[in-house]
Amino acid sequence: MLDTVFFYFFALLTLGGAVLTITRRNAIHSAVSLIVSLIGVAGLFLLQRAEFLFAVQIVLYVGGIMVLFLFVIMLVNLDDAARVAQFNKQWWLALACVVAVGGELAYFVSRGSDAFRLGEATAAAPDKAGNVERIADVLFSQYLLPFEVASVLLLAAVVGSVLMAKRKV
Amino acid sequence: MHPITTLHYLVLSVALLAIGTIGVLTRRNIVIILMSIELILNAVNINLIAFSRHFNNVNGQVFAIFVITVAVAEAAVGLGILIALFRNKETVQADEIEILKW
Amino acid sequence: MNFLDSIGLIPLFPLFGALVMLLVGRKLDPQTDDARHHAPKSKFLISLLCPGTVLLSFLLSAGAVWQLVDRPAHTHQLIQFTWLAGLPFHTAAGTLARFTADFGFLLDPLSSVMILVVTGIGFLIHVYSIGYMAHDGGYYRFFGYLNLFVFFMLMLVLANNYVLMFVGWEGVGLCSYLLIGFYFHKKSAADAGKKAFIVNRIGDSGFILGMLLMFSLFGTARFLDVNKALAAMGPETHFGVLTAMAVLLFVGATGKSAQLPLYVWLPDAMEGPTPVSALIHAATMVTAGVYMVARSNQLFRLAPEACLIVGTVGALTAFFAATIAMTQNDIKRVLAYSTVSQLGYMFVALGAGAYWVGIFHLYTHAFFKALLFLGSGSVIHALSGEQDMRKMGGLKNKIPVTYATMLIGTLAISGIPGLAGFFSKDEILWQAYSHPLAWFRVVYALGLLTAGMTAFYMWRLMAMTFYGESRVDPKVAAHIHESPRVMTVPLMVLAAGSVLAGWIGVPRLWSIFPEGFRTLETWLAGVLGNAHTIGEIEQEPNTGLEWALMLLSVAVAGAGIALAWSLYQKRKPAVEPLQALGPLYIGSLNKWYVDEAYDVLFVNGLSKGGGTVLSRFDQRVVDGGVNGAGWLTRATSTVSMWWDTWIVDGAVRLTAFAVKISGSVVQIFQTGSVQAYALAFVLGVAVIFGYYLVR
Repeated sequence: MLDTVFFYFFALLTLGGAVLTITRRNAIHSAVSLIVSLIGVAGLFLLQRAEFLFAVQIVLYVGGIMVLFLFVIMLVNLDDAARVAQFNKQWWLALACVVAVGGELAYFVSRGSDAFRLGEATAAAPDKAGNVERIADVLFSQYLLPFEVASVLLLAAVVGSVLMAKRKV
Repeated sequence: MHPITTLHYLVLSVALLAIGTIGVLTRRNIVIILMSIELILNAVNINLIAFSRHFNNVNGQVFAIFVITVAVAEAAVGLGILIALFRNKETVQADEIEILKW
Repeated sequence: MNFLDSIGLIPLFPLFGALVMLLVGRKLDPQTDDARHHAPKSKFLISLLCPGTVLLSFLLSAGAVWQLVDRPAHTHQLIQFTWLAGLPFHTAAGTLARFTADFGFLLDPLSSVMILVVTGIGFLIHVYSIGYMAHDGGYYRFFGYLNLFVFFMLMLVLANNYVLMFVGWEGVGLCSYLLIGFYFHKKSAADAGKKAFIVNRIGDSGFILGMLLMFSLFGTARFLDVNKALAAMGPETHFGVLTAMAVLLFVGATGKSAQLPLYVWLPDAMEGPTPVSALIHAATMVTAGVYMVARSNQLFRLAPEACLIVGTVGALTAFFAATIAMTQNDIKRVLAYSTVSQLGYMFVALGAGAYWVGIFHLYTHAFFKALLFLGSGSVIHALSGEQDMRKMGGLKNKIPVTYATMLIGTLAISGIPGLAGFFSKDEILWQAYSHPLAWFRVVYALGLLTAGMTAFYMWRLMAMTFYGESRVDPKVAAHIHESPRVMTVPLMVLAAGSVLAGWIGVPRLWSIFPEGFRTLETWLAGVLGNAHTIGEIEQEPNTGLEWALMLLSVAVAGAGIALAWSLYQKRKPAVEPLQALGPLYIGSLNKWYVDEAYDVLFVNGLSKGGGTVLSRFDQRVVDGGVNGAGWLTRATSTVSMWWDTWIVDGAVRLTAFAVKISGSVVQIFQTGSVQAYALAFVLGVAVIFGYYLVR
C-alpha cells in the first residue's frame, strides 16, 4: 500500500520534473527541474531495493553533474537566449515521431509482458547479502575489466573537457 | 489498488524516454538539449533497475553504474564543447550553428 | 672418264670464265679504259682463260657425243635437281600436277649437234676476238660477256625442259643486249641494245603463254614427258589447243630468230663488235628459235595449221630480207639481212616437216655466216674501221687471206654445188616443193627467188669490197694490212668447214655416195623423225623432178652471180646500178620503212597516246581520288566532331547533370542542423518499429 503511494509520488516527481526541464525558458529553472527529476529517479531506485545506486545517483548525478551544469549555465550568459524563441521549427514533426516511437514501445512492452510475467507482482525475496556486497562481488570479479576501462574513460573525459574549455591550448 | 508491477516501471521509463527525446529534438538551447540527454540516460537506468529487480539479478545494477559513469564523462566533455562553441560562435542556439550545411 | 655424267660441266666452264671476269677482270686488264696499240701482258691471262674455257667445253661435248653413240636411243638425261617449288594445280584433263621444273640436262642427237656448233664456233670466235678486240677498251668485259653468252646458250640447248630452256633463252637475250650495247658511249649502240631486248621480249610473251598452255594441258614441261603425252593423245583431244600452243611457241621463235614482224632488231644489232655479230647473230643465238621449234617437232606434227604458218612466215621473211640486202651499203648490214633471210629458210624447212633439214641448214649456215662476218671484221680492221662498201674496193691483193676465205664463204652461201650451203639449201627447196599441200609450191617459188637474190647481193658485196678500183680514202689506204694470225687462222678453219661441213648431209639422190655421207639425217631421225614422211603418208621419191629442181636452183644462183658480176665487177666510183630501179631502190635502201612504221604505230603511238591517257588518268582518277580522300576526311571529321560534341561530351555532361540533380535532392537534407539529423534518427527508429509492428 505504501509501496504504491511512494511509487506514484516518485513517478510524479520524475515525470513532472522532466516536463518542466524541457519547457522552461530560463535555463536555471530547467536545471533545478532536472535536479528534482533526478531525485525522483533516485527514489525509484530505492523502491527497487537498489540502495547503492540510490546513493550514487544522488552523489554523482545531482551533486556532480547538475552542479557542473549550473556552473556552465552561469559561465555562459544565457540571458539573451532566454528572450528568443525556445522551440525550433521542427517541433511538431518531432512530437509526432516521438509519440509514434513511444506508442510503439509501449505496445511492444504490453504485448510481451505475458512472456516475462511482467504484470505480476514481484516476489519480495529478501536479500541474503546486502546490496552493496552483492554489487561489489560482481563488480570486482566478473566486471573487473569494464571497471578498469571505465576509469580510463574517466581519465580521457577529464583530459578532454579541460582541453575543450581552455582558452588557449 | 492493484500492486506496482515491473510493467509500471517500464511504462514510466518509456514515458521518460519520450520526454527526453522531445527535449533533444525540439529545444533550441544546447544546454537544455544536454539536460534532455541526461533524462534519456535516466530512463534507461530505471529500465535496467526494474529488470534487475524482476529477475533478481544484480547485473542490471552494475550496468546502471557504468551508464552513470559514462553519463558523467559525456556531460563533462559535452559542456566543455559547449563552452568552446560559445566562445567561437557567441551563441548557444542549436539551429544557428550551421557549419555543416552544404 | 664418263663424259655423259659430266654434261653438267659443259655450261659451267664458260660460266666460270664469266664469273672470274666479273670479279677480278678489271684488275687483270688495268688499261681497260685506255685503248692502246700494245696489249699489255696482263691481257694475256684473259686471252688464255676465256677462250680456254670454251675449248674445254668443246672437248667435253665431243667426248660426251662420242659416248652418246653407244647409248640406247642415243638419249641421256641427267637431272641434277628440281628447282621450282611445285605449286599444285589442275590440268585441263583434271589430273593434279605440280608446277615444277628440273635443273636437268638432256643429251640427244639434236642437242649434241647444237653443243658442238656452239662450242666449236664459239671457240673460234673467241680466238678471233683476241686479235680483233686488242685495241679496244673493255677487253675483260667483252670476254666476260662472251663467256656468259656461251654459258646461257649451252643451258638453252642442253636443258631437258622448257622452263630451263627459257632461262637460257632470256639469258642469251640479256647477253645480246650487253654485247650489242658494248660501245655504250655511242647512243646508237645503246639504243640498238634496248631495241633488241624489247623486241625479243614481245616474242617471249608468246613463248611463256605457250609454255603455260603446255603446263595446263600436260602438267609438265619436260621434253621427254611432253612427247610421251603427245604420242598418247587420243583422237578426242582438242587439236585446236595444240595449234594454239604451237603458234605461241613460234611467236617466241619469231622474236628470237628475227622473223617477220620482229626482225627489226637484228640489223641494228650490227652496232656491236663484229665478233658479237658473228657469234650471236649468225651462228648461235638467232638459231635458238629454230632449235626450239625443232625440239617441239612432235607438237608441230600434230598441228598442221601451225606448220603452214611457220613455213609461210619463213618464206616471206627470207624474200623480204633479201630485197633489202640487195641495196645496203654497209657491209655488216648486208650480212645482217642475209642472216634474217637464211633463218627464213630454216623455218621453211621446219614448216615443211623436214626438221632435220632445218637443223642441217642451221649447222652449215653457222660455218659460212660466221666466216663471212669474221671476214668482214677483218676487212674493217684492215681499213681502220671503215664499214661503207662505197669506200672500199680493190682489196683483193692487199688482204689476200681474208679475200680467199670470204670468197669461199660467198660461194657457200650462194649454193654452189659441193660447198656446204648447197646441200642444205637445196634440200630445203626440194622439201618445200614436194610437200603435199599445194601452197608450199608458192613457198618454193619464194625460196628460189631468194636464192637468186642471195647469190646476187653476196657477189655484189664481194665485187664492191675486193675488186675494181680502190675507192678507199687515201689516209686509210696507207694503213691497210692483213690481220694477224690470231684472226686469220679461225677464218681458215671456218672456210674449211664451209667446204666440208655439208658432206654429212648428201641427198639420197646422189646414190653414188654411200650411206656414210648421210649420217646427219640418220643421226637426227630418232629425235626429229623422218622428213620423207609427212603425217602418215610415205612420199614416193621422184628422182627426175628432184634432179631438175637441183639444176634449176644452181642455175638461178649462177645467174645471180653473173648479174652481179656484170654490174659491179668493174664499177665506176659513186655509181649504183640499182638506182635505175627508181622507187623500188629507194624503198629497199630504206628497209621498206618498217622501222618508221613501227615508230609511228607503236613507239610514238604508245608513248604519246599512252601519255595522254595516263595524264588524263592521273588528273581525273588519281587526283580525283586524292581530292575525294580529302573531302572524305573533312566530312568524317565533321561527323566526328558532331559526335564528340553532342554524344560524347553530352554523355559526360549528362553524368554531371544527373549527379547534380540527385545531389540537389539529397542537399535538402543537409541542413547543418544537428537536431534535424537527430530527428532523422528517431524517424528511422519509428519506421523500423513500425515494420515489426506490421509484421
